[in-house]
Amino acid sequence: MEPTLLGRIGYAFLSLFVITNYGLLLIGSMARISAKVQGRVGQPVYQPYIDIIKSSVKRNAISHGIMFYLGPVFRLAGGVGTYMFIPAVFGSVVFRNFSDSGDLLLVMYFIFFGQLGMALGAGEGGHPYSAIGVSRGLAQMTAFEVPFALSVIAVAIQYGTLDINAIVGAQQGGFLNWTLFTNPLAVVAAIIAFLGMSMHNPFSVVIAPQEIPIGPPTEYQANLLGMLQTNRAIFNGAKLVLYMNLFFGGATNILVMVVKTFLIYFINVFVGQAFPRFRTDQSIRFFLGVPTLIGIASVIIAAV
Amino acid sequence: MSDKKIIPAPLANEGLPPDERGLFCDAAPREYEPARGIMEDFANWARSESLWILGFGTGCGAIELRPLMTSRFDMYRYGIQPRPTPRQSSVFVIGGYASVKTLKRIVRSYEQMMGPKFVVALGSCTINGGMYWDSYNTIKRIDQYIPVDVYITGCMPRPEALLAGFQELKKIIRAGRAEGQNEYARNFEWFKANQKKVIKDWNMPDYNW
Repeated sequence: MEPTLLGRIGYAFLSLFVITNYGLLLIGSMARISAKVQGRVGQPVYQPYIDIIKSSVKRNAISHGIMFYLGPVFRLAGGVGTYMFIPAVFGSVVFRNFSDSGDLLLVMYFIFFGQLGMALGAGEGGHPYSAIGVSRGLAQMTAFEVPFALSVIAVAIQYGTLDINAIVGAQQGGFLNWTLFTNPLAVVAAIIAFLGMSMHNPFSVVIAPQEIPIGPPTEYQANLLGMLQTNRAIFNGAKLVLYMNLFFGGATNILVMVVKTFLIYFINVFVGQAFPRFRTDQSIRFFLGVPTLIGIASVIIAAV
Repeated sequence: MSDKKIIPAPLANEGLPPDERGLFCDAAPREYEPARGIMEDFANWARSESLWILGFGTGCGAIELRPLMTSRFDMYRYGIQPRPTPRQSSVFVIGGYASVKTLKRIVRSYEQMMGPKFVVALGSCTINGGMYWDSYNTIKRIDQYIPVDVYITGCMPRPEALLAGFQELKKIIRAGRAEGQNEYARNFEWFKANQKKVIKDWNMPDYNW
């Protein structure tokens, strides 16, 4: 039965709630796994929750103007918007969100929308390190967007549609139908772009946790920081679900989704723990080199 | 504190050139009433379980923070992690002796932190000057300049001592006794007068908002 609009909004909230909690637990568990690799015990899995609560119950906060408030709002809108147009579970009424035909372009737009909004907000903060973080972030974003866009184009050509639901539908019926096996070059290019997108090592110079204080959100504190932390969970979840849908056959129930997205996210940790960090210019050269060529090759193969 | 002479310190930002004065806050910090009952207990629990240290090593004791982060002592498991900006951090670790020059930066960083904020002072130098007790350019007691929640003695205190100190800080926060921000606001003039007494070249705003 097709739910009413009100019902769909209710389901969307439920879906958002699930992905927020899942994203937070994912961040927590990955931090713990990284700690194990480094021979540490690591923070508790629920640490992201405590951090958000703590940020939200700060007693005072400062402001740098209206744009400063709007930065995290845009970021959160980018995260929620990305997720809202991706069907999280194929064929599910609850996790269908607001996915519709042609939503792949919209999702690609939303992925970068948040970062641009954040750039404006962080610029208003007036901290020089924010500006450095923003310029690094946007430069790197422009670079990893090229292989990502190419692989999305390849996928769109391959399935002849921009509807994520249809793309997932075409991959059903055995794992050999996944894009991973039908168009491996596109998946390789996209996964390399994903490493840059999630800003783990070796592409973590944007956040640069120790040298450039924390990148763009240097001036953000209290509940604005809490918003950014929440968005990080949602945005991570949304990107993972998108990758799962485009390249790994989607998910027919929530358990499959959890397992697949966990493994996709694990690629980050796996690479991040093994490789040191690139400088911005190095990462731009890297993205515009081999991954872009792989992306072009995948487009050519899909087109002919 | 009552035996000290209190000099009123109007916030005129006199140390700054006139064209920069308008850029900084000239209102004194105010006290913040804690929430009541279970809400404050819950908030205090969250604050105590998520201590973000300002990664600003003041003095030699900061070297003791490095082993804490790495695998041997691993402070992350207690919810303690470094944070590079004062806006986001809640714990300020004063790492040993503070020269007058560093004190300026300590005061600025402390005032930029969002409340509730906590200060852990480590090493003998922060308590009575330690081996620098007769030095011409270090201060002797850090709590005359900013409020301190926990002292960790030793020269140097071992990382284990720091961890014990952080556990003590957690207890204080959970008990609701870590009100350094309010104490600073209440005795603002006294703190400011003390700071101005030792910092001769006061070329910074009176209150770093």
